Amino acid sequence: MSSAARTVPHGRGRTRESVSAFPYLLLTPAVLVTLLIVFLPMAEAIFLSLHDYVVWRPADRTFIWFGNFIAAFKDEVFWISFWNTLLWIGITIPAQALLGLVTAILLNRDFFWRPVARALIIIPWALPSVVIALMWRWIYDANYGVLNDILFRLGIMQSSFPWLADPDTALYAVILTLTWQGFPFFAVMILAGLQSIPRSYYEAAAIDGASNWQQFCNITLPGIAGVLGTAILLRTIWVANSIDVIYVMTGGGPGYATHTLPLYAFIEARSSLNFGYGSALAVIFTIMLTGLVLVYLSRVNRTLD
Amino acid sequence: MVRRQSPLRSLFGTHLPVLAIVAFALGPYIWMALTSFTPQEHLLQAGVALDPQKWTAANYERLVGRTDFPFNMVHSFIVAIGTVVLGLSLSVTAAYAFSRFRFPGRRVLMIKFLVINMFPVVLLILPLFVIMRRLGLIDTHAALIIANATVAIPFSVWMMTSYINSIPRSLDEAAMIDGCSRLGALRKVILPLILPGIIATGIYIFITSWNEYLYALTLGGRNVRTITVAIQTLIGEYQIEWGLLTAGGVLGAMPATLLFLLIQKRLISGLTQGAVKG
Repeated sequence: MSSAARTVPHGRGRTRESVSAFPYLLLTPAVLVTLLIVFLPMAEAIFLSLHDYVVWRPADRTFIWFGNFIAAFKDEVFWISFWNTLLWIGITIPAQALLGLVTAILLNRDFFWRPVARALIIIPWALPSVVIALMWRWIYDANYGVLNDILFRLGIMQSSFPWLADPDTALYAVILTLTWQGFPFFAVMILAGLQSIPRSYYEAAAIDGASNWQQFCNITLPGIAGVLGTAILLRTIWVANSIDVIYVMTGGGPGYATHTLPLYAFIEARSSLNFGYGSALAVIFTIMLTGLVLVYLSRVNRTLD
Repeated sequence: MVRRQSPLRSLFGTHLPVLAIVAFALGPYIWMALTSFTPQEHLLQAGVALDPQKWTAANYERLVGRTDFPFNMVHSFIVAIGTVVLGLSLSVTAAYAFSRFRFPGRRVLMIKFLVINMFPVVLLILPLFVIMRRLGLIDTHAALIIANATVAIPFSVWMMTSYINSIPRSLDEAAMIDGCSRLGALRKVILPLILPGIIATGIYIFITSWNEYLYALTLGGRNVRTITVAIQTLIGEYQIEWGLLTAGGVLGAMPATLLFLLIQKRLISGLTQGAVKG
């Protein structure tokens, strides 16, 4: 499974085939279909965002230039959602990465039940987001939830607390759920990075008298920096995009306490059927995300041969 | 890391911390399973039953007998299999082209497939709804399969490319010297060799389609209601029946979870390969 397995060297234009139409022919079906089902809808989204368009009233579609965009920047809910999105990503990603790092370092050690532990830890990754959301709603439940029960028994709390119904805690409750859902991804990626560091580095460092902490800072961290960077970028993009868990857990409430930008766009379209404004919100959010996507793409581009 | 650790040190340094993380990862799922075995009356009066003698399958019987849950599973299955077939069939030849040929526009096209997975779902979901409504496809399997394919096709192109890259080119060339055409070499030599990779990719597409919720909610309806949407509708109007809901969660998550455990090794090696190189 490595690129070293390729025995025949190749360069641009080495064979006659490389300039033929054949590879394009092989690519045509996939390219055509993705153009149709991804890029055409995207163009439609941009088109919609320039219109005042409420579904079920197709006759009322009017072109309003950037009216939706201007409305968005004057919209108080837009700014609440914007700050929530930043807070949400700013806490979730570091929490996932840190927990993933600790998990990976532990799983990189030799112990007899390591394969079992590794398999069990990635379970959250495999669960449907609806199930995750409902499961955690049950845990946070004000009357019967196990979280209140545990805190009560430990003597930390005297009465039950509605974690998801209180505007001060709802966003953080969702963040904990997303951290739980996402840390296995980091653990798996970082573990792969750890395993690519040659053992001899640590042996040499130990001979030179380096402490565990020094080994971690000077060998481990530089060794996994590449993987960690890629994982953080990918995960930030995914977490920023994901709205299913939050939608099922709180529906954006209470009030606007757990509204994020993509969720606001979705709710605008789904509840208010305001597809013009919803599309404009989605386009604004996509533009904001573009910077991160470009950084990621340029990293990948370097690894392509 | 090099020296041997004493048993006490390894207990507190390794076993207990790993155990804590495993408990954190599995705890919510186990709690859900325990809830699903607890009868409704017991749940309201005494909470979740920890004593196995009090467990019953009543919630599951109600779920299978009195709701449309079995039909929802069939719909989820049709959509997931459809997405797997569409995703795999379109991506094999594309991945072969990316792996074996160097041609102008190759990088741009590879990046094109990668960038698709970065688009926010909301950006696609609204126009897809408008387009599907225009085509009269709302509430059909086709609509959900097409929507899921927006993610499945690019993912599968990248995975397949990495699998084909791991097969030496000399094998294609040997087959062609023996009289195979390019496509013949792909079919007779490459495909059998990457079959495990194809299966892993197919299973992963199956899992993501099975777990998908937003497209199913928006583009589905009364006729085509997948398992994820059905679980959500189990929430009653006045009171949440947690026993029924958690039974739905356990059953609904079962296929994806088992498949994931089955392919995790191969999948992870495919996923992390690119990242480690970078």
